[in-house]
Amino acid sequence: MSKIFDVPLYAYEHSPDQDEGMPARHPVVIIGAGPVGLATAIDLAQQGIKTVILDDNDRVSFGSRAICFAKRPLEILDRLGCGEAMVKRGVQWDTGKVFFDTRQVYEFSLTEEEGHKNPAFINLQQYTFEQVLVERIREMQAEGAPIEIRGRNKVEAIGQHDTHVTLEVETPEGSYTIEAEWLVACDGANSPTRRMLGLDFDGQVFEDNFLIADVVMKADFPSERWFWFDPPFNRGQSALLHKQPDNVWRIDLQLGRDIDKEREKRPENVVPRLKAMLGDDAEFDLEWVSIYTFQCCRMERFRHGRTLFAGDSAHQVSPFGARGANSGLQDADNIAWKLKLVLEGNAPDTLMDSYNIERVYGAEENILNSTRSTEFITPKSEMSRILRDAVLDLSAHHAFAQPLVNSGRLSVPCTYDGSMLNSADALAAPDLTRPGSPCPDAPLGDDHLLNKLGNSFVLLTIDADAPDSFEEDGVTATRLALSARDDPSLTLKRQYLGDATSGIYLIRPDQHVAARRESFDEPHFRAALRRATGKE
Amino acid sequence: MSDKLILSPNLDNADGFFDALARAHDGLEKSTSDALNARLIFLLANHIGDDEVLTEALKAAQTSGHNR
Ligand SMILES: Cc1cc2nc3c(=O)[nH]c(=O)nc-3n(C[C@H](O)[C@H](O)[C@H](O)COP(=O)(O)OP(=O)(O)OC[C@H]3O[C@@H](n4cnc5c(N)ncnc54)[C@H](O)[C@@H]3O)c2cc1C
Repeated sequence: MSKIFDVPLYAYEHSPDQDEGMPARHPVVIIGAGPVGLATAIDLAQQGIKTVILDDNDRVSFGSRAICFAKRPLEILDRLGCGEAMVKRGVQWDTGKVFFDTRQVYEFSLTEEEGHKNPAFINLQQYTFEQVLVERIREMQAEGAPIEIRGRNKVEAIGQHDTHVTLEVETPEGSYTIEAEWLVACDGANSPTRRMLGLDFDGQVFEDNFLIADVVMKADFPSERWFWFDPPFNRGQSALLHKQPDNVWRIDLQLGRDIDKEREKRPENVVPRLKAMLGDDAEFDLEWVSIYTFQCCRMERFRHGRTLFAGDSAHQVSPFGARGANSGLQDADNIAWKLKLVLEGNAPDTLMDSYNIERVYGAEENILNSTRSTEFITPKSEMSRILRDAVLDLSAHHAFAQPLVNSGRLSVPCTYDGSMLNSADALAAPDLTRPGSPCPDAPLGDDHLLNKLGNSFVLLTIDADAPDSFEEDGVTATRLALSARDDPSLTLKRQYLGDATSGIYLIRPDQHVAARRESFDEPHFRAALRRATGKE
Repeated sequence: MSDKLILSPNLDNADGFFDALARAHDGLEKSTSDALNARLIFLLANHIGDDEVLTEALKAAQTSGHNR
């Protein structure tokens, strides 16, 4: 059977850039066609910025990697034109169960928020996720969008200059040089770009090994997330079972510290472990087995001159909480509109510093959460295990202990509190939509709020008057006029007004709130738009 | 440091509580005792709830050990 990860999706093709005497200069070059590089490229090209992706490979990601994709990334993907395709191919789930030893101690549900278009989570193999992104690129290319993906183009050297970056690229036909006004390094946790520029990547490395297996089986386990602490089939360790599409199941088994990885990876050792978990008569095929250790690390800064780091190259987390690709997509979301404004001369290049500030803030939140989860799952000392087990025992009897159980704090979007792009909050409305927040969705007849926000600055008015649009120094904000009555479910009112009777929101192209106020005060909103584009 | 944590005598029944706590450990294996103490800590902590009080209590415990 030929699997998706065996097929070249973007086979090597000769590019005219390889012939020219003078290196071709591109507005944006992206290194890496993983989830983050692909999403960044789509976002840029969709807004008319010519983008080239270079990848040393020619196919989707190998093996067992990301499976859980959260609501915010799905909303971003909706904006990129492929959210629905992801949801259609994914498995939805909303229940998690936690077991300790032989009994279930706790069950939680990810509450669907009423009126939001997207589910809280879907499970989808990373290779399918990447495939859908590549399909989206093909669709855009067919429509003439300026986006190109070059397989088997390996970046070997990088030169940083004031006005551009130079790249040495190795291909099956030899090497060539290209230049980029801006480089986005999405080249993964081992980022060669980081290494070539001599930059640091510091944090905490966890010693425990995890066997991560994807098995194909016909089983009637529900599509829930099952997490075990110290189960009989994996004594002293943890385990996870989670459903993916096409009868594929993800199994994580903690193996402990000093193990022989090569030995543990052999099917004759893996199969008995899985049978102990799934039952002797479970019939399954191994799709993929890897052994990982995890770390939580980040670069100190995500911008270095004209090079921006995004995704795992900038920050890496343990997978508990599914914060890797999910946060990388938020990096993409943050970069694209800013680069567009800078490239088109409508914002100073210091706007890119706000990318660094906002996404470092996001990375810290993710690292904090996944570090805590990893420590709960793999206690470092005897006493931390005793405390952990006490919480698990208590959680079976008393509700108070359940929030202390940490089998992964699932990815939620970051609110950019304190960002230099925010204007002071000037509306007495819920905290949920304070400046810096990602806009929560709301139903509007057959449509949804986020679908209507699109890719550019929006002045959302709810029961308030304002001009149809206003321009400030080359940047336009266009009005979206709504009334609380447009949403009979009152989600819009609950989220954006609370007790206020009217509200005006200035919303960034990445659908984060920049400013809000009760009515249209022109100088206020002009200043807010300048501020949101790095001009104040 | 604020002083929300009560450090003056406040137990309704000091001797009785000490006795009950010590007795709860009678005859227990060390690991069972440790687990009992741990559960008790979380029960008490949840009852207190206030993060400042808990932080002060943790500090007070850290700094009132008998250093040999
Ligand atoms: C077991 C496991 C489970 C996970 N589960 C989840 C989950 O449930 N949810 C979640 O959100 N995340 C999860 N993650 C994390 C997720 O896989 C990563 O965060 C994600 O792949 C990062 O994407 P990226 O695009 O930044 O980097 P990558 O996917 O690593 O892509 C980097 C790309 O750069 C290319 N490249 C590298 N060097 C060069 C070069 N010199 N020249 C050209 N190209 C180059 C590579 O070929 C590759 O295509 C999990 C990870 C693991 C290991």
